[in-house]
Amino acid sequence: MSAIAVRDVHKLYRRYGRRKQFATLKSAILSGSVLRDLHPDAVFEALKGVSFDVAKGKTFGIVGRNGSGKSTMLKLIAGIGKPTSGTVRVDGRVSALIELGAGFHPEISGRENVYINGLMLGLTRREIARRFDEIVRFAELEEFIDAPVKTYSSGMYMRLGFAVAINVDPDVLLVDEVLAVGDEAFTHKCLDKLADLRRRGRTVLLVTHSLDLVTRFCDEALWLDGGVVKAKGDPKRVIDAYLMDVARTENQALARAEDGPEGPPLRDAAVREGGANLQVGPPEPEDMFKAAEGRWGSREAEITAVAMIGASGQPAHLFQSGERVEIRLHVRANQRLRDFAFGVGIFNTEGVCCYGTNTLIDGGVAGELIGEGLVVVAIDGLSLVEGTYKLDVAVHRQDGVPYDYHRQLYTFRITSRQKDVGIFRPPHRWSFSGGIRISGL
Amino acid sequence: MLASLRHLLKYRALISSLVARELKARYRASVLGVVWSFVNPLLLLLIYTFVFTVVMPAAHPPELQPFALFLFAGILPWTWFSSSLMESANVLIAGGNLIKKVLFPAEVLPIVSVLAGLVHFCFGLPILVVFLIYYRVPVALTDLLWFPLIVLIQLVLTTGLALLVSALTVHFRDVRDLLANLLTLWFFATPIIYPISQAPGRVRQILNLNPFTHLAVAYQDVLFRPGPFTQGTRLLAVGIASAVVFFIGYFVFDRLRDTFAEEV
Repeated sequence: MSAIAVRDVHKLYRRYGRRKQFATLKSAILSGSVLRDLHPDAVFEALKGVSFDVAKGKTFGIVGRNGSGKSTMLKLIAGIGKPTSGTVRVDGRVSALIELGAGFHPEISGRENVYINGLMLGLTRREIARRFDEIVRFAELEEFIDAPVKTYSSGMYMRLGFAVAINVDPDVLLVDEVLAVGDEAFTHKCLDKLADLRRRGRTVLLVTHSLDLVTRFCDEALWLDGGVVKAKGDPKRVIDAYLMDVARTENQALARAEDGPEGPPLRDAAVREGGANLQVGPPEPEDMFKAAEGRWGSREAEITAVAMIGASGQPAHLFQSGERVEIRLHVRANQRLRDFAFGVGIFNTEGVCCYGTNTLIDGGVAGELIGEGLVVVAIDGLSLVEGTYKLDVAVHRQDGVPYDYHRQLYTFRITSRQKDVGIFRPPHRWSFSGGIRISGL
Repeated sequence: MLASLRHLLKYRALISSLVARELKARYRASVLGVVWSFVNPLLLLLIYTFVFTVVMPAAHPPELQPFALFLFAGILPWTWFSSSLMESANVLIAGGNLIKKVLFPAEVLPIVSVLAGLVHFCFGLPILVVFLIYYRVPVALTDLLWFPLIVLIQLVLTTGLALLVSALTVHFRDVRDLLANLLTLWFFATPIIYPISQAPGRVRQILNLNPFTHLAVAYQDVLFRPGPFTQGTRLLAVGIASAVVFFIGYFVFDRLRDTFAEEV
């Protein structure tokens, strides 16, 4: 028996033409178009045939980008709005935490607002009276409950709204991205309360951008993209699929930003096609390196293409912290060289050099450079903290005079599930002894 | 529609709480507070009485005495009627956040406007009683029994129109401005500041098409005109008309209900 059953739901939003935007009743009557104007010129399909079930007592997460239809779906389940076609069936009392304290009136006291909000959410007066103390205690507003709500801070306001909504004790609780309402302590309390609902066999539907919450909390997850179900099932699997997709898009955006708006550059094309083939023909330097001021050198040797290859084996701009990354430099010597060295440097957005080295520093002895070749710097674990970084690459004489120096022409991004701070993450381990117990490390 | 009406019954407690909140919130932070509910109609009455007895005493037939009472019998219900409609025009848009975020029957909002108006109307009644005693108007008890019925009919009529107006305003914001002017016209097309007997025959026929004419005349009959209540049949007719208006209003509201969350 499922608590929520969604079957092939489509939701169209009517979008009126430009004309309608400024049309008034008068002009509508004058032009005899009243009825016509009530019909939309165009429609926007927010949900395109979504189906899923949420089993009773399960916690279900919906993730997706902004505008993917998550909130629309939630509103349909809550009964605010009807699907254009398809059916939504919910078993039991629903409470929706869509906007906390939506019905609060600023001029009257918290106490009266609790009553009115509770009545709106479908409680009876007696039920509210019974839960009143619990609501106030949960919201931590014992001292202020008789003050008008307009004197509340936004945190107090949200806490009261959350406390009322959660104490409706619904069979199905819908939560739309509202857990980040209070300070840390309150967020924990909210999560505890959700866990408590779960223990008591209530169904919870979470719409959130906090993927961490979904993997930690949900029994099942759904990924919506452009109004279509992209994936459904085990939260970890769904979240990873979603993260990979986000990374792909971000990659493309970064590649575009770097290459400028004019025409899709070859390197980007290679990324898009997913070709492992790094050599994309003789690149046109004018096309390749827009920021000419960032490149200098005498050009006896040139770096003709640069790519960073992640664990996927394909050129990318986005890596997980700690991922194995290769920096590949395509080099062409315009004359035979004996005095040369290759160098790379990684800078953060503040311009701080996070790491730099060259073949000389690492103890290499230059032999010969003729024609074309490929230089690969393999980094086993790129243990930078999350952030955006720039890459310097160079081929230069051993005394440092550059043949070809690319100064911060390449941008890449490191993402991390851990939110540690600083520049780099030394591999580390915690251990404890004596009377200290910490689990999860 | 009937299912919606039945569903609405479950929200009685919400409606009464919202009406109470409306009244409390309105006068909170004002010095006189709830006294304004008495002062407002009184001041309005003073203005009208001043204009019609001091500035232009010839505007009404001299036998219409006391004129202040005659005015009051019409203005008090009219104020309820017009302010309820004006508020209803705004109420769904002002409560847009609620309609978009919380699941509850939206008709609660215009109904609350009308009921809050009714409460204000009731606050004005003690002043009316003071007038009746002051002028030693002989009011027959049998006449007074009609009073709640008239109020009920006005409630049904006003609620029907309030539902209609509130639903239409969501789609056409123009309704608000249109309504303000329409209500001014309506006020003068109702025998409130003049007796219906003063209107020429042709005009009277038109005035009779106005349901509020009969309500105003009925109020005047109960409170002002000596002798037994004579408006029974008219009241029945206007009662039926009001019920029809209510059902039309509720029907339109019910049909447009699903569009509110997207349009407000």
